[in-house]
Amino acid sequence: MRQHWPWGLLLVALALLPLVSGEYYINLASQILIFAVFASSINLLLGYGGLPTLGHASYLGVAAYLSALLGLKLGISPLFAAPLALVGTTLMAAAFGLVSLRATGLGFLMLTLALSQVLWGTAYRWVSMTDGDNGLRGLARPMPFGLNLDQASAFYWFTLAIGAVAIWLMAVFVASPFGAALRGTRDQPRRMSALGYNVWLLRWITFIYAGFWGAVSGLLFVYYHKYIHPVSLSLTNSAEGLLAVIAGGSGTLAGPLVGAAIVMLLKNYVSAYVERWNMLLGFVFVVIVVFMPEGVVPGVKRLWRRYISRT
Amino acid sequence: MRIANLTHGALYMLGAYIGVSVMRTLPNLWLAALLSGLTVAVFGGLVERLILRRLGGNVLGQVLVTLGIAFILADFCLVVWGGDPIPVPTPAFLQQPVRIAGLAFPAYRLAVVVIAVIVGIVLFVFIEKTRLGAMIRAGVDDRDMARAVGIPVSLLFTTVFCLGAALAGAGGVIGGPIMSAYPGLDADMLPLALIVVILGGVGSLIGAFVGSFITGFVYTFGVALLPDLAYVILFLPMILVIAFRPRGLFGKFAA
Amino acid sequence: MAALHIQNLKKAFGGLPAINDVSLTVEEGERRLIIGPNGAGKTTLFNLVTGDLNSDSGTIFLFDQDITRRATHRRVHLGLARTYQIITLFPKDTLEHNIALSLLGLSKRRWNAFARSHLPEEAKSVLALVGLDHLAKRPVSEVAYGEKRRLEIAMALAQKPRVLLLDEPLAGLSREERGTVKQLISRIPRETTVVMIEHDMDTALDMADRITVLHYGRVIVEGNRAAVVADPKTREVYLGH
Repeated sequence: MRQHWPWGLLLVALALLPLVSGEYYINLASQILIFAVFASSINLLLGYGGLPTLGHASYLGVAAYLSALLGLKLGISPLFAAPLALVGTTLMAAAFGLVSLRATGLGFLMLTLALSQVLWGTAYRWVSMTDGDNGLRGLARPMPFGLNLDQASAFYWFTLAIGAVAIWLMAVFVASPFGAALRGTRDQPRRMSALGYNVWLLRWITFIYAGFWGAVSGLLFVYYHKYIHPVSLSLTNSAEGLLAVIAGGSGTLAGPLVGAAIVMLLKNYVSAYVERWNMLLGFVFVVIVVFMPEGVVPGVKRLWRRYISRT
Repeated sequence: MRIANLTHGALYMLGAYIGVSVMRTLPNLWLAALLSGLTVAVFGGLVERLILRRLGGNVLGQVLVTLGIAFILADFCLVVWGGDPIPVPTPAFLQQPVRIAGLAFPAYRLAVVVIAVIVGIVLFVFIEKTRLGAMIRAGVDDRDMARAVGIPVSLLFTTVFCLGAALAGAGGVIGGPIMSAYPGLDADMLPLALIVVILGGVGSLIGAFVGSFITGFVYTFGVALLPDLAYVILFLPMILVIAFRPRGLFGKFAA
Repeated sequence: MAALHIQNLKKAFGGLPAINDVSLTVEEGERRLIIGPNGAGKTTLFNLVTGDLNSDSGTIFLFDQDITRRATHRRVHLGLARTYQIITLFPKDTLEHNIALSLLGLSKRRWNAFARSHLPEEAKSVLALVGLDHLAKRPVSEVAYGEKRRLEIAMALAQKPRVLLLDEPLAGLSREERGTVKQLISRIPRETTVVMIEHDMDTALDMADRITVLHYGRVIVEGNRAAVVADPKTREVYLGH
């Protein structure tokens, strides 16, 4: 328990946020939390599995669309639509995993990208279902236990609760024997086979689990915005998630959280001054990969350790 | 060359836009294509030397960096040339349809097919049959050994990269009369290029050729029959082929 | 029933035959040494036995099981283990963790996604077997080459294999380290069949019951030590080595 106190402190600090900030910041914090869950799910694949994915927006987007469509077309309330959307998206993740894991490394990346692009293009063109470029609007937030989540702080606490559970479960996963095996396949896949591990199966299960949490972030996303548009399925969205993981530091639990905050804050503040967000995003990619490839969290950890050993 | 490069679509688009600008002063498509190709080649060379060189075998790094550059280029084109599509005029002597066996074919598109075949053959001969091509292949297979035998691997790699960029840039201009130059051209071209390479198999020119044909045919007919599912049809051949043969149709190794 | 039975195994890369109709049988408990000049196909043979490579034709039997087309991890579950010529350990992890992964590979716990991944006491005792328990908590990257070699072997032994393939276990070791590793190998219980590739003939010859000499993917000579050393074909193959 002793090394977990920073997390507890963080949780308490985050919980107290609405008491000291205005609505704008509370909403921004909600967005950061949602993005953090999304980035963390990507990290399961990239950081712990060694599988770089450029198509994770698929799970966010599909879960969001499923929830929206179940509500708009079949009148199912968000609360009941949630498990259906999650199951549907997770099954899709299983199928996508079967295809994508036919290759590793670059091939795997291309396949995840290709599958994601299929969904993205379909969302634009299948106008009868998705209303194409108009997106689906007028959606409602769920009312768990009858609580109204329309107010900023109420929704924030809801998101914080779900986000905390998500990160905690991912942490358990990573610290388990399965997680240790997964990390082994990231570092020495051949050796792991020779030790008796079914590398493909380990990866596939992780893929599904990562897809599940991506779907969870998708639900939070659509609840927050009350709107979904094909752009949420875009390569740019997947790339931003990937950037958050890399900027913060893949292979650590805190990395994606820090990275998500950085990317979200950048987006929010800088895009007010800089019209070309895409160009800036591009520059950030290049700068981070070339100058800070390990990301913020490992860099800071290193400095902290050096500081500790000196005092 | 085993470099993961997602910039190619953007290079194509950049080429198209540069061609458009050139043609405003020199209304000759072929000259524009040449100048475009050269300019994009230089840009490509700079990218390879200054950025990609530092990333070595870091595949994820290459992907992210080239993706970033693609984003930058896309926005750059938007700023410089604006958001409206700019048409590229077809050369005058190719504007009339050609009659073959009683059917009318658009002359320009036929010309593009001919050009593509010629370029394909030239590339194939270059890579497979010339000494220079052999040196390049040696450098890709075993970099250190090739260097040890005196092959200037770095120089060759940069040259090949520039060649690829040049073809993309020139291609953008040559494709101009058919596709115009518009924001999002890169996003439309890149998946096509990736599909063709993965479907055909990494490292195989024949694969790229066959891949293009298959993709082209399936896509054109598919879009005519099921327009709503255009994107699915576009990616379907690649997904099916990879599912059964991870190295693509003619690939030497799984991507 | 032989521990390992290979029948007419063939593997070619492009047009180049790496393994050209190899047949050999290793009895249970035997210590078999496979030698041959560079490029003879020794490691390729191991790769075929473990499943890292798929053979073009021929069969491989592990005890009474046909493993020719089985996935690598399935062969391991039937009692096969191996070390690599190039050290493939987990450099950023501790020695303890490396062994723990080895122990976990054959345990049902590897599918457990909820429990804490605590390191079993067993890992320490395996390390003690090879005299490395004092380094248990050090990351592999900080440990000497000879110690890494011993760790490689320890990882394979942790699997309690029925057939152990050692790929050049003495490579790159100093004379003293070689002595330590040789001792280690000689102490492996006879329940485990050991097949070893070695390049250095002089040190390895006294470790084996039978010796197989490979050259250009073929078995040139096979027999006990005296027979192999006396055979003129052996000397021909090793001319200049």
